[in-house]
Amino acid sequence: MSLAISGSSTGVLDWPAAFKDALVTALVAGALGLFIVGFRTADFGKGLGFEYQFVDLAIACGVIFAGRFALSCARGGTSVVTLLLGAGLLAIALLAPLPSAFLRTVSGLAGVALLVAGTWTSVRGTSAGGGRIAALSAASDVLGTRVFPWFGAALLGVAVVLPFMPFADQKVMDLGILILTYVMLGWGLNIVVGLAGLLDLGYVAFYAVGAYAYAMLSTQHGWSFWMCLPVAGMLAATFGVVLGFPVLRLRGDYLAIVTLGFGEIIRIVLLNWTDFTQGPAGIGGIPSATLFGRVFAENAPAGGQTFHEWMEIPFSANHRLIFLYFVVLALALLTNFVTHRLRRLPVGRAWEALREDEVACQALGINPTNTKLTAFAIGAMFAGFAGTFFAAKQRFVSPESFVFIESAIILAIVVLGGMGSQVGVVLASIILIGLPEWFRDLGLYRMLVFGVAMVLIMVFKPRGLISRREPTIRLETGGGP
Amino acid sequence: MAEPLLLVAGVETFYGAIQALHGVSLEVNRGEIVALIGANGAGKSTLLMTVCGSPRARAGRIAFEGEEISRLRTDEIARRGIAQVPEGRRIFPRMTVFENLQMGATFADPAWFAADIERVFGLFPRLKERRDQRGGTLSGGEQQMLAIGRALMSRPKMLLLDEPSLGLAPLIVRQIFETIRLIARDEGTTVFLVEQNAFGALRLADRGYVLVNGHIRLTGTGAELLADPQVRAAYLGGH
Repeated sequence: MSLAISGSSTGVLDWPAAFKDALVTALVAGALGLFIVGFRTADFGKGLGFEYQFVDLAIACGVIFAGRFALSCARGGTSVVTLLLGAGLLAIALLAPLPSAFLRTVSGLAGVALLVAGTWTSVRGTSAGGGRIAALSAASDVLGTRVFPWFGAALLGVAVVLPFMPFADQKVMDLGILILTYVMLGWGLNIVVGLAGLLDLGYVAFYAVGAYAYAMLSTQHGWSFWMCLPVAGMLAATFGVVLGFPVLRLRGDYLAIVTLGFGEIIRIVLLNWTDFTQGPAGIGGIPSATLFGRVFAENAPAGGQTFHEWMEIPFSANHRLIFLYFVVLALALLTNFVTHRLRRLPVGRAWEALREDEVACQALGINPTNTKLTAFAIGAMFAGFAGTFFAAKQRFVSPESFVFIESAIILAIVVLGGMGSQVGVVLASIILIGLPEWFRDLGLYRMLVFGVAMVLIMVFKPRGLISRREPTIRLETGGGP
Repeated sequence: MAEPLLLVAGVETFYGAIQALHGVSLEVNRGEIVALIGANGAGKSTLLMTVCGSPRARAGRIAFEGEEISRLRTDEIARRGIAQVPEGRRIFPRMTVFENLQMGATFADPAWFAADIERVFGLFPRLKERRDQRGGTLSGGEQQMLAIGRALMSRPKMLLLDEPSLGLAPLIVRQIFETIRLIARDEGTTVFLVEQNAFGALRLADRGYVLVNGHIRLTGTGAELLADPQVRAAYLGGH
């Protein structure tokens, strides 16, 4: 199938081979898609029956055929065809009455990709263009080192002003809170995975500990969010130490498997210890976070005061979301700040050194067990904070929120962001959490977007979005050449 | 004579059922350079690692400044003032030269840091030039310099070097040996090194031990061993 592709990129196009290759690709896609896209079971009132979507399938195969052929053309040096086909697909996506939004998105994306590929090859084909590309990439490197320090600050600026933008409705605020929660979890896990190099597949367990700690302390003992926050963090850190102690002599894959097991144990205990956790029914009626005792509700509880009464502004349901948004932003920034500080302290440097070479660390007098435990405990503590916030935001917790896929997503954010990179975690959260939400119209296919985003990042940035490691210290005096 | 800095007496080390060291005894006195030479697989690195607590000695005593250390963990032994330069250098590849040196000073008095870093940069000017460069991008010789410099940052009482000449160009080897001599002579740091490069090591050392199949076979001053016909035949290729 890769006949035309594997040929040299400057070769002359072999039209019949390219045509055949595209045809084979389309047929394979059709055969694979026949059962996935072609049939759908639907309820016809009298029982289940098949619904046929052969038109969708045929159009998708057509798009694939055109795309494959156009890519072969680009490789063969005939990028005009690529550009034409790309423009054609884009036009179809925008103008033609396609039967589903999914097809519209697929052919639109394919068209854009072909336009980019065609432009790229035609520019690279000319010698002047090649030189320009080299110059451009050199310039972008320089730009990267110049702009990079400001990039984080710019992101922070956007995050701070976002709630006051005119488009910041409930949906945007919800998404913002969700992304920031994952940013915080990503930063917390980054301490364990990115800095200390311990592969933890059960991170969600500590998130669950924090969430249940707040859920139970608030509903059964009337503790407030702000009282619970440090307690839940400490509790999660204690769990980190308790779970970490027996497993930390394991390395790599073995550690990953055992942490995976611990994550599941916590969830299963929450599920089955019904007397204590109310099991699968979960805990509801959890009070939300308050601002100096003022609640975010339309009517104040007995003896209390609401936020809008206190501020003397009209009530809006959005106030609560904006407040929660700033709470999670502050918690995330706290995580980031503490991580930054710790990296400059001996314990943080020891984490990184341990990731690099455990034997060398022991030779320098560093106790690997204690060092790993501190990383585990501090990482778990931030998961506990995030869990408390999660419970306060959702006002309901159940074991279903703490399944393995959550650990996997958080880990994916850390790895795709570039292990150990703080800004990388933010970008990866926006892409992995934000994209599927924006593509919610695609229904079930949105998980496809999630998968495609992951594959694309790993293909183009195999070491993560931001693979630079900032040294913790640089000497100012008499620098290098 | 005064108590030796490091005393190894009747040490036996096993890898599973296989015995690697058979009743090895040696001593290293303060301020000395002591070389341990031997063929591949004689147990040289095993002896050095046994001193560091991994693997543990199954029998015998290891005492540092009169204190029994054979039951301590590697990191505890390191904090007693024994700095190891492990085989294969084992610098931290993604950390800069400066950060690597900082790691060496983890358990040193912070007040020493500025002076110690200057001292290491004085010994190895190449490291000063490359201080913001990542450890992994250094050449083999520079990595060896970094490993030694990192070990020196803790102001150790004794420096253990495992094959510092391994895989390095002859010119660099001579530089490294020269620096080891400086460290011992000018700064009074005791050096215990394990080497396959018997000629270089014995010329550098005050005293040497020859290890054969896990037994100490010969001992004497560096010059005596260099002149010994057995040593010349076995390790020096008739130099």
